[in-house]
Amino acid sequence: MDFGPFFLLATLEGLVQAAVLCLTALGLSLVFGVMRVVNVAHGEFFMLGAVMAWWVATWAGGHPALGFALALLLAPLLVGAIAWAGERLVLKRVSYDPEATIVATIGMLYIIQQTTLLTFGPDARAVNPPFYFRVEFPWFGYSGYKLCVIAAALVLLLATWFLITRTRLGLIMRATRFDRETAENFGIAVGQVYAMVFALGAALAAAGAVLVVPVRQAHYLMGIDPLLLSFIVVIIGGLGSIRGTLVAALLIGLSDGIISVFFSPTLAKMISTLAVALVLVFRPQGLFGIRARA
Amino acid sequence: MSAWRKSLLLHGAILAALFGLQFVLPEYHHLAVTRVLLLAVFAMGFNLLFGYTGLLSLGHAMFFAAGMYGAGLTAYHLAWPVPAAMLFGVLCGAGLSLVVGLLALRTTGVAFMIVTLMISQVVYLATVYFTTWTRGDEGLVMPAAARSFELLGRQWLLTDPSTRYNLALALLALTMACVLLVVRGRFGRALIAIRENEDRSRMLGYNTFIFKLQALTLSGTLSAMAGAAYALMFAYIGSSFAAIQYSIDPLLYTLLGGAGTVAGPIVGTFFMFYLVDLASEHTTAYLLVTGVVLLFLVLFFPRGALGYVRARWLGWLP
Repeated sequence: MDFGPFFLLATLEGLVQAAVLCLTALGLSLVFGVMRVVNVAHGEFFMLGAVMAWWVATWAGGHPALGFALALLLAPLLVGAIAWAGERLVLKRVSYDPEATIVATIGMLYIIQQTTLLTFGPDARAVNPPFYFRVEFPWFGYSGYKLCVIAAALVLLLATWFLITRTRLGLIMRATRFDRETAENFGIAVGQVYAMVFALGAALAAAGAVLVVPVRQAHYLMGIDPLLLSFIVVIIGGLGSIRGTLVAALLIGLSDGIISVFFSPTLAKMISTLAVALVLVFRPQGLFGIRARA
Repeated sequence: MSAWRKSLLLHGAILAALFGLQFVLPEYHHLAVTRVLLLAVFAMGFNLLFGYTGLLSLGHAMFFAAGMYGAGLTAYHLAWPVPAAMLFGVLCGAGLSLVVGLLALRTTGVAFMIVTLMISQVVYLATVYFTTWTRGDEGLVMPAAARSFELLGRQWLLTDPSTRYNLALALLALTMACVLLVVRGRFGRALIAIRENEDRSRMLGYNTFIFKLQALTLSGTLSAMAGAAYALMFAYIGSSFAAIQYSIDPLLYTLLGGAGTVAGPIVGTFFMFYLVDLASEHTTAYLLVTGVVLLFLVLFFPRGALGYVRARWLGWLP
């Protein structure tokens, strides 16, 4: 294959990666933005989404499309419910103290991951894609499902954007994010908002995982990569800035996909991780962000 | 009796008890406790930064790994004698922690945690990437030549369990003395002041950056010492020692034993090591224990064992 078509292939792979990353990182960014909480267990919610998709699809049986549709509906709901319970039972009780929250979410990470190991087992398991068709380019054929992943992620992102900017619920979330105490004074039940945002963040990660599980496989250790990538994206985009997060997810997902095709993935990860650490040191507001309110 | 003398007596008694322990322990536990002693050194190094200075690093595995690879690679590839390799490992840790400190301490709070986590991840990836020298996950087993050395006119055999135990105990005693002196002196008080209120300390005229940098460097150096000794005593280095798990472990040990107490990390390491050991006999998901203990500590027991003892009974505990 010539360079041109090869580059197109790498770009498509990168776009699929970026689409899923947009969802996962948006979840992390929402939680950080509204609650000022770093959720180290975020990658495990992603993993739970994939694992639940496998459970639901296996349980539903029948045509793969049916199982997949059910999974896309149920997995984010279930994961959201788990996250909601975790927020009420743990994070609320440590009063969102930054250090205690990080330690608590590390604890949640291990509990979710190891419980999955006990119930789901150590094997990687595949979920059948809901349909098979190939899009024929002049140079190569490409999985139609992967293109649909990009489309579905876009729809979900638009829905989230609509929720945040155009609904009353979104207004309440934005008010809480802008100034917690004033929001409380206006009668907003900030605790409820926090629980909801935490659940929504987890559900977004789970939705991303359901979309990607037919191309990759569900495995109990699959949470660590999305976690680190989401961290990277949220930092580059500016902590808590949603627009920055989306731009950065596209940038990082694309470049990670492209670089991994051409170079050693380990070297690519090393360089990007180091670059991001330096961004956080020298430009804590992110590359696109503005300084946060004190 | 003054508080200082009481604490000297107490910590002397702990060391004496640990020394006596080796004569009664069966073979398996003899080896296990040797590991615990070195991991406790690691945790005490971590505690200096977390417990006394109030800086939560999520990347201490990189300092442990710096000591481990600094000592292990020179002993393996360059056939350096054990004391030189050990010293080089410690220096690697000191150098790395100084550089990391200069960068990471420009940030505070959550950003500091993430920066240390990320730099540590880079170090981990580096141990995987330079597989020609490190053999990545598979790791390297130290050659026979690195299993013994001559020092002070004596031949030391690292294959001998009793030599290993007492060397590990000596490192623990060194670390303990170091932490005790730091905590007692002006330097330690300044660190605690920074932990309690950094802005106020700065207003009182302390250059808090320099203090934090010194604390981080000392903490990283002690961690690297533990790593270097671990590599040379147990004759193996591998990428898994640089992974996130090894950044979480000292945090867990410290929280359990009591952050900001000198002997707390020792208690925590002992307890947690044996708890995980016990759990791993019954299930492959033994890390579940780690998660449950972390949640339990954060929710119900934030002061840790010795922190509780200090608040309840022994107010003078350093």
